[in-house]
Amino acid sequence: MQIIEKPFKKSLLAAMVIGLSTIGAFASEITVGMVLEPPHLDPTAGAAAAIDEVVYANIFEGLTRIDQNGAVQPSLATSWTISDDGMTYIFSLKTGATFHDGTGFDADDVVFTFNRARAADSTNAQKGIFAPITSVNAVGPATVEIKIAQPQGDFLFNIGRGDAVIVAPESADTNQSNPVGTGPFKFVRWDQGSRVILEKNANYKGKSVALDKATFVFISDPNAAQNAMLAGEVDGFANFPAPEALTIFEADPRFQVVRGSTEGETILSTNNGKAPFNKLKVRQAIAHVLDRQAIIDGAMFGYGTPIGSHFAPHHPFYVDLLNTYPRDIEKAKALLAEAGYPDGFKATIKLPPPTYARRGGQIIAAQLREIGIELELINVEWGQWLEDVFKTKNYDLSIVSHVEPFDIGIYANPDYYFQYDNVVFQAIIEKLNVTADETKRKQLAQAAQRILAEDAVNGYLFQLAKTGVWSANLEGMWPNSPVEGNDLTAVRWTN
Amino acid sequence: MIGFAAKRLFGVAVTLVVAAAIIFFLLDILPGDPARFMLGINATDDAVAALRTELGLDQSAFNRFFIWLFGLFRGDLGISFSQRMPVSQLMAERLQVSLPLAVGALVLSTLIGLPIGIFAAQNRGKLSDSLAMILAQVGIAIPNFWFAMLLVIAFAVTWRIFPPGGFVPWGENPLLAIRSLVLPAVALALPQAAILARVMRTALVDVMQADYIRTARAKGLTKGQAIWRHGVRNALLPVLTIMGLQFAFLIAGTIIVENVFYLPGLGRLIFSAISARDLIVVRSAILVLVAMVILVMFLVDLAYALVDPRIRTGASRDDG
Repeated sequence: MQIIEKPFKKSLLAAMVIGLSTIGAFASEITVGMVLEPPHLDPTAGAAAAIDEVVYANIFEGLTRIDQNGAVQPSLATSWTISDDGMTYIFSLKTGATFHDGTGFDADDVVFTFNRARAADSTNAQKGIFAPITSVNAVGPATVEIKIAQPQGDFLFNIGRGDAVIVAPESADTNQSNPVGTGPFKFVRWDQGSRVILEKNANYKGKSVALDKATFVFISDPNAAQNAMLAGEVDGFANFPAPEALTIFEADPRFQVVRGSTEGETILSTNNGKAPFNKLKVRQAIAHVLDRQAIIDGAMFGYGTPIGSHFAPHHPFYVDLLNTYPRDIEKAKALLAEAGYPDGFKATIKLPPPTYARRGGQIIAAQLREIGIELELINVEWGQWLEDVFKTKNYDLSIVSHVEPFDIGIYANPDYYFQYDNVVFQAIIEKLNVTADETKRKQLAQAAQRILAEDAVNGYLFQLAKTGVWSANLEGMWPNSPVEGNDLTAVRWTN
Repeated sequence: MIGFAAKRLFGVAVTLVVAAAIIFFLLDILPGDPARFMLGINATDDAVAALRTELGLDQSAFNRFFIWLFGLFRGDLGISFSQRMPVSQLMAERLQVSLPLAVGALVLSTLIGLPIGIFAAQNRGKLSDSLAMILAQVGIAIPNFWFAMLLVIAFAVTWRIFPPGGFVPWGENPLLAIRSLVLPAVALALPQAAILARVMRTALVDVMQADYIRTARAKGLTKGQAIWRHGVRNALLPVLTIMGLQFAFLIAGTIIVENVFYLPGLGRLIFSAISARDLIVVRSAILVLVAMVILVMFLVDLAYALVDPRIRTGASRDDG
C-alpha cells in the first residue's frame, strides 16, 4: 500500500509520454464514477437505479423535484394548488422551456407523459405512482389539472421521482438510447460499456449549471475504482463500492470522504408464510439474537445506521425501536423452546450478490447458531433471487436492502414476498395513503413502524450507508440519496 | 486444397447449428425473468406482463428458438432486451476493443515467446535454457489479473504514464485509444508468451532429433542454420495450434483483465448480459464467438495445410 499512498509527481518520463493525455480535471468538467452501467437511459421504462443516477435532474426533470434533504421543490411546475378535498391538483408550468431537441415544453407534454405512464401497455417500473390518477388535463398551455381518486399524502414526492419525469411525444420512444429532456444538461454520447457524456444545456431556462461537461464512467471492480481515483482519472464516486478502501482516501488530502445515508433498509427478509418462520416466537427469538453493530462492523466496515423497523432513521417520522428485542441469548432460546424448537432447526438463507448480503449472511449464520439455528448459505444472482425468493417465495431467509423511499407500504400487501398478513397494519397503511395532514401522517407512520418491530416481521439490520469519495475541491455533491440520482446541477469546482 | 477447404466448411456449418440449439436451450432453463429484472421488485404485475409481451417472452421456447434461428440466417442477431439496441451493434462496439486487444496481445506474446523458445532449444541443457524455462514457468504461474493490478499501480497510479483503465474510442483519438490498450495487452500477453516459449522449445527440441536435421547437418549446415532453415518451420505446427486457441481465448476470455482496466470489451458485455438475463445478447454473442473460434481453427487447419503439404493430400504425417 505504500506505493499507493506515496504522493505522486509526474516524472519527466511520464510527462514526455503523456503529452497528449487528459490527466486531472479541468475546472468546468467532471468525471463521476459509477459501479453499474445503466441498461438504457429512459427512467420511465426501467427500475435500474443506474438510469436515474445518470439522467435524474441532469437530463430529465419532473413537475416537482426532490432536493438533497428529501423535500419537494418546484421544477417544471413552478407552483401548484391542491383542492380542499385533496383530490385535484392544479400545476402552473414553467414557460419558455424547451426539450434538448428544440421542441417546446407545454401542458400537452405533461398530459402525454402521465397518460403514457398509466396506460394499459405501460412498462413503467413504478406504475403504482400513477395508479390513483383519474384524469390529466391541459387547462391552458401552461396549466395542468391532475385529478386523483382519493387524497394522497406523498403524491407530490412521487411525481418528483425519476419514473415520473416529463418526456415529449417526439422523443419518448428513443429516450432509451438518446435521452431528450428539459434539464440543464443534455446528452452528448454513450460509449457502451464505458461512459456517458453530458454537456451544459446552453438554452436552459432557469439557473444554469457551473459545469460545462459531465462524464459518467462505469467501473464495476472496486480495485479499479480505487486506482482510477488515485490516478486522478475519476473525480469522485457518489457511492464508493468498497468501504474497506475508504481509509486510504481519508488519509489522502486530495479527497474528501462523505458518509451519508441511502433510502435502503437492509433487512433479514423472512418468509412469514412458511414454517417455522410463521411463528411469532421464532421471529422474536431471531430478533433477540441479531447483533446489528457486529453485522455493520463485519460486513460494512462500520458504515451503516442500525434500524429497529422498516424505516429510514433520517426521516422526520422515524421512531427509534432498536430496543424492542434487545440482544438476549437466553431469552431467545426460551422463546424458541416455547415455539416447539428447543434444539433449534435447520434453514436456508439465499444471498444475492451485494457485499452486505454475502458478508452479512455469514455473520448472521454465526449469530443464529448461538441458539441452535443452523443456516445453509446459498449464494444467488439477482435473476435467480427474483425468481426463487421474490416471485415463487421459495425461501426461508434472505438479506436485501429495500432502496425505495418511504416504502413501508409493501408490508400491507400479503402477497409480497415476506407473506406478512396483518389486517390492522393494512388498515393503518390504507389510512396513511389517503391522509395529507403531516401530524396525522406521522402518527400513522409511527404506529406502522411499531407493529412491524413488535411482530418482528423481518430482522431489521441497518440503513445502508452512502459512502461518497470525491475531490477535495468539489462542492455540491449530495451526501445522502433521498431519491435515486446524482444531481450535478449544483456541483462546482472551488479551485 | 479447395476440396479440403470445402469439406472443412461443411463441418463448420453443422457445428454452428448444433451449437445454436445447445446455447438456446441451456440458457432457457436459467431461472430469472428478464422483464421482472428490468422493472424491479416494485413493478406492478401488469407492467411486467406488458413488457414480456413487448419482448416476445410470452411465446413458447420453440417459437422463440426458430424466430432467433431464422433471424440468424438473415444475419439478424436480435435486439437486446434491456438495452433495446441491435445485438450486432452492441457487439461491433465491443469488438473495437476486444479485437485490437487480442491481436495486440497475440503479436506481443509471439514476439516475446517464440524467440525465447528458440533460444532455449538452441541452448538445450545449458544454464541459459534452464533460466529461460524458469522464467516461462513464473510467467505461467502469475495470474494475469494480479499482474494487471501491478501494472496499474506502477504505470498509472505512481508514474502516470498510462491511464489506469477505460477506453478512448478510436474515432475520438486513435493515439489515446492505443494508449488505453497498452497495459491490458501487456498483462494478457505475458502468460501467453510463457506458454508459447515452452511449446516452441519442446517442439523444436523434438524436431531437432529428426532424421532430416541430421541430413542437413551432414550436408554441412551449422546447427543454427539447420534450426532456422528446417527446424523452426517444422516446429511451427503445434505452436500454430496453441496460437489459434490463444486467440480465441483472448477475444472473449479476458473478462477479468477487462474488469481490472474497466474496458468495454466483449467479455464484460456477455457477463453483464448474463446477470441481467438479457438472454438474446448472451445467445447471439456466444454464438458469434463460437463461430469465430471455429473460423480461427479452420484457418489454423488451412495454415497447417500450407506449412505441411502432406495434410492437404491426405497422407499421414508419419509416412514421410
